Amino acid sequence: MRSLIDIVDLSVEEITELIDTANDIIANPEKYCEKCRHKKLATLFFEPSTRTRLSFEAAMLELGGNVIGFSAANNSSAAKGESVSDTVRTVGCYADIIAMRHPKEGAPMIASMRSPVPIINAGDGGHNHPTQTLADLLTIQREKGRFDHLTVGLCGDLKFGRTVHSLIHALSRYEGVHFVMISPEELRVPEYMIQEMQKNGISYEETRSLEEVMPQLDILYMTRVQRERFFNEADYIRLKDSYILTLDKLETAKKDLCVMHPLPRVNEISVAVDDDPRACYFKQVSNGKYIRMALILKLLEVE
Amino acid sequence: MKIDSITNGVVIDHILAGKGMELYHFLHLDSMDCSIALIKNAPSQKMGKKDIIKVDTALDLDLDILGYVDPGVTVNIIRDGVLIEKFHPQLPEKLTNIIQCKNPRCITSVEQEIPHIFKLTDREHGTYRCIYCESKAKE
Ligand SMILES: [Zn+2]
Repeated sequence: MRSLIDIVDLSVEEITELIDTANDIIANPEKYCEKCRHKKLATLFFEPSTRTRLSFEAAMLELGGNVIGFSAANNSSAAKGESVSDTVRTVGCYADIIAMRHPKEGAPMIASMRSPVPIINAGDGGHNHPTQTLADLLTIQREKGRFDHLTVGLCGDLKFGRTVHSLIHALSRYEGVHFVMISPEELRVPEYMIQEMQKNGISYEETRSLEEVMPQLDILYMTRVQRERFFNEADYIRLKDSYILTLDKLETAKKDLCVMHPLPRVNEISVAVDDDPRACYFKQVSNGKYIRMALILKLLEVE
Repeated sequence: MKIDSITNGVVIDHILAGKGMELYHFLHLDSMDCSIALIKNAPSQKMGKKDIIKVDTALDLDLDILGYVDPGVTVNIIRDGVLIEKFHPQLPEKLTNIIQCKNPRCITSVEQEIPHIFKLTDREHGTYRCIYCESKAKE
């Protein structure tokens, strides 16, 4: 029995295998529609995230399985002080696999140590969100056909943006990837990550200006500047509009640039960009469902 | 107990001056019945000042704690008045319930029964990270 807590738990080969399965599901959905018959997925969302929960539930339903679960702590046993360990031991009696989201970092890890069934981390606070990274990787693979020798722009909140950190970790394992980190001074990639990149000989540059680096990018990963990450409202208002992608800014970009965003967006990408063929963020959403299907199959060891 | 000579016991030497009391607590020496000497600010040729702990009984030392709190110490094991073993403890790979995770967003901050486990992630810099939230242990 295996769980997925952190994207680095997966080897490069395993990621390739998941991506191959996801691509096969996209090409032949009918082959998979009965694979999880009589299996149950439990979605335990100790904090609400409708998008992620729907993606997991849709994934299981398309595999022919069933879904049980709860969302938000205030109407569940967790609110009455039950531990994460006890909750998963209980739910593990009903479900074959659990997708868990929790506001506290490390909760899915504890769960995986105690659970009788596989746990998928569906986000633990600002820490890990491996299925988002898998969705990002599937999108890059489908749009670019490869992971190596890409120039990857990361824009916005690079300090707290966990999706960005995991994507850096995941892509650092491939050859010739160059990261261009575009953020205000206050939201730079944390120092420890920079040190790690230097130690591992990863190629990167940091800049404050999106326009300046636009022409060289193969991928532009936009992120949301989140209000809750700021202690000070004035700082948030001053910074939130600094890094907005508009059609104007896209003018100097490559014709085959791939624009990504973990969604939901506030205003980091103007709506006018949505119709540009380079906009890939809604494809990312649908890829998210397919890669979760592939992951459920893998963890349930369904052939 | 004469401070300079013990027959069966342990001498922890070369403790950073000021760290002796901390080690005394970490090793739970306050709960022991035997004679124990904590010498503070003893003169030292190589350190200037150092602390020393002498315990007049054969005891099982938690070397993990020693290595973590002060990896520079020298441990001398004495039996029948003879020094039989002398070594420097290493930084342990894993610390269980020795230090607490201070990250308020960590699951250990809300669930008391979870053991606080830290892993050595960088031996060169002596960096430990919480296995749950990956926060660095504070020095
Ligand atoms: Zn922690």
